[in-house]
Amino acid sequence: MNDGVVWHRIQFAFTITYHYLFPQLTMGLALLIVAFKFAGLRRGDEQYHEVARFWGRMFGLNFGMGVATGIPLEFQFGANWARFSNFAGEVVGQTLALEGVFAFFLESTFLGLFLFGEKRLGPRGHLAAALALCLGSWLSGYFIIVANAFMQHPAGHELGADGVLHLADFAAFVGNPWAAWQYAHTMTASVVTASFVVCGAGAYWLLMGRDAPHALICLRMGIPFGLLATVLAAFPTGDRQGKLVADDQPITLAAMEGLFDGGPFAELAIIGQPDVKRRSLENPVVVPGALSFLAYGTFGSTVRGLNDYSPEDWPDNIELLYYAYHIMVGLGTLFILVMSAAAILLWRQRLQQSRAMLWVLMLAVPFPYIANTAGWWTAELGRQPWVVYGLLRTADAGSPAVNTGNVVFTTLGFAGLYFLLGVLFLSQVARGVARGPTAAH
Amino acid sequence: MEPLWYGIVFGMLAVYAVLDGFDFGAGIVHMFVARTDTERRTVLAAIGPVWDGNEVWLIAGGGVLFMAFPRAYSAYLSGFYLPLMIVLWLLILRGVAIEMRGHHDNPLWRDFWDAVFSLSSTLLAVVLGASLGNVVRGAPLGAQGFFAMPLFTDFRPGPQPGVFDWYTLLVAGFVLCLLTGHGALYLVWKTSGPVQERSRRCARHAWRSAIPLWGLATAATLWLRPQIFNTLFAAPWRVLFLVVMLASLYGVFHHLAGRSELRAFLSSSVFILTLFASTMTGSYPVLLRSTLDPAHHLTAANCLARQAGLQVALAWWSAGIALAAAYFAFLFYAIRGKVIADDDGPGY
Repeated sequence: MNDGVVWHRIQFAFTITYHYLFPQLTMGLALLIVAFKFAGLRRGDEQYHEVARFWGRMFGLNFGMGVATGIPLEFQFGANWARFSNFAGEVVGQTLALEGVFAFFLESTFLGLFLFGEKRLGPRGHLAAALALCLGSWLSGYFIIVANAFMQHPAGHELGADGVLHLADFAAFVGNPWAAWQYAHTMTASVVTASFVVCGAGAYWLLMGRDAPHALICLRMGIPFGLLATVLAAFPTGDRQGKLVADDQPITLAAMEGLFDGGPFAELAIIGQPDVKRRSLENPVVVPGALSFLAYGTFGSTVRGLNDYSPEDWPDNIELLYYAYHIMVGLGTLFILVMSAAAILLWRQRLQQSRAMLWVLMLAVPFPYIANTAGWWTAELGRQPWVVYGLLRTADAGSPAVNTGNVVFTTLGFAGLYFLLGVLFLSQVARGVARGPTAAH
Repeated sequence: MEPLWYGIVFGMLAVYAVLDGFDFGAGIVHMFVARTDTERRTVLAAIGPVWDGNEVWLIAGGGVLFMAFPRAYSAYLSGFYLPLMIVLWLLILRGVAIEMRGHHDNPLWRDFWDAVFSLSSTLLAVVLGASLGNVVRGAPLGAQGFFAMPLFTDFRPGPQPGVFDWYTLLVAGFVLCLLTGHGALYLVWKTSGPVQERSRRCARHAWRSAIPLWGLATAATLWLRPQIFNTLFAAPWRVLFLVVMLASLYGVFHHLAGRSELRAFLSSSVFILTLFASTMTGSYPVLLRSTLDPAHHLTAANCLARQAGLQVALAWWSAGIALAAAYFAFLFYAIRGKVIADDDGPGY
């Protein structure tokens, strides 16, 4: 482990994975809070407002964690990836600056007003504050996705004689086709997390035999949003994302699928453990032709396998990439089934009596977090060995002057600090859910 | 374009220093000016709605530095790797302290987070003050445009200095006093009763200690980096920097004694802004000085991004900052008046 880049990767992967546990909830939850408040205003039903206030408190806690763990990332690009920042800063820096100027100022101003200003703002003003927060967090998501889309599939840049990237076409950069599908996929996945969390709390209260009206409001809002989002996450957004990978990162596709030998009628692996040394999939269970169809539209399409490429261009952690991808897809499919079953029971007005379904909804809460994390690991591990696809390798992107000892020390420091934050956060969430939606504050 | 973007980046960081400076200052004096639980909640309620937005100036300023001067962004942040991480941890702990304190009624819980809030605010003022000293003194930048710096070496501002040497510690001490006084003035403006009275005393003491430290730090800078003063006073009108600083310093004491609370706070804000602006004007065009060889200086010219991208950026930046200014004006208007800690409402 003498290679400094490994520690930079561990540190960055840890801080960004931990960070994204919070925005993935707040972006989707902001939308649901707006929906609760809007429904409350239309129906003139105070219980909707109580539910919105409860989720507002949860939003506040999560948002605070998101800010606290997000600040380091803004600076880690330079600290951990100095050569990447030199190389791509003129392009990627645009979106980070855009995010700060357009999204963070908006969010920070309206968060306090939303959390503490309901009395002063009145119902319509408070709805406006919730909308501003929702807009800010969704804008923030877009800018970050544009930065990531550039790293996956550079657009709008030119490579100067000075060896660094320059922004040539702003519209092409922010309108990157990868950004559009990645954004749609990420945001629907965020709504999936938020819906499962809202349904999970509702299911918990019903199972405990308390706060039934509020719990039903959560479920009646969470299940339709959840069903829609789980379906959209798979089709068209996930599907289109996969086709972009097939077109622009074919080696990544082969690695995600554990496909060593390519060809027409390529098979889709459902089960099997990749054995990279022997270049094969252990005990494979496959669907013949399915990968060709999903990637390129016909069963006879040729999908190239890893053996068609030089190993130095392979993603450098094929095993983890393969599992991350399969976990995401597997869980995503289960989510559609769970939400469909819940929607049928809700529609036939039998959800309240179905304790089994309520148990499933309550216990499902951690899984969208796992799926979202696995999805991002798929995107980031799949991009390897490049940090900017086709232009800069990760091995050449680190900070040449930083002593690895400092990186190890601060990685341990982050681990300790984030453990403390996690304990505090979970205890506050548990307390909030236990007190329920009718607690004063 | 070079002076413009140099001005934009350091202008945003100067606004950050003024804004987060007052809530750091409120944190530094927190334990002294607020004794009872209600008083401490008053201090937190005074900065509660604004501290997060204040910090956004750091994030947004960092983003603009990244976009406009990528080489400087990567050299600064990788070179000051360890102090940067310490600042980040302190910022996180401080935010957690502000938000966590009110969640339990337990007095030990509250005392603990009060102490974390106060200590992290104090250390942040020290480390950020030392960072300012580091930028003025320079770093051992090599031909590749990178450097590494330990926390300390021999405590001398030589060619291979540490983050902390006698010069940066002196600047840190000055900044600590300055922000203490600045934050105390904010509390004088926003609070009433015993908290205001104690803040008033605190502000007077802090500003009285800041003056000799300012003199010492200026003398040390004049001895260590005389070129800053040559550049600063290259044009006669720039004597205005000094005039404004002396006038705002007078304003602090005059308005503090005359009980014009907002004016005292504004004077202190103008002092900090002008201090920052004059330091950066004197340093222009250098973004980071090399202690090894002037050929390795990072300057506005050799770090600036290409025209095409920056022209687009100037358009959206102007619109975005106008919006941000409007949000801040709205927010400060919405929370106008003295803070009263609410005994049974939500919040702090």
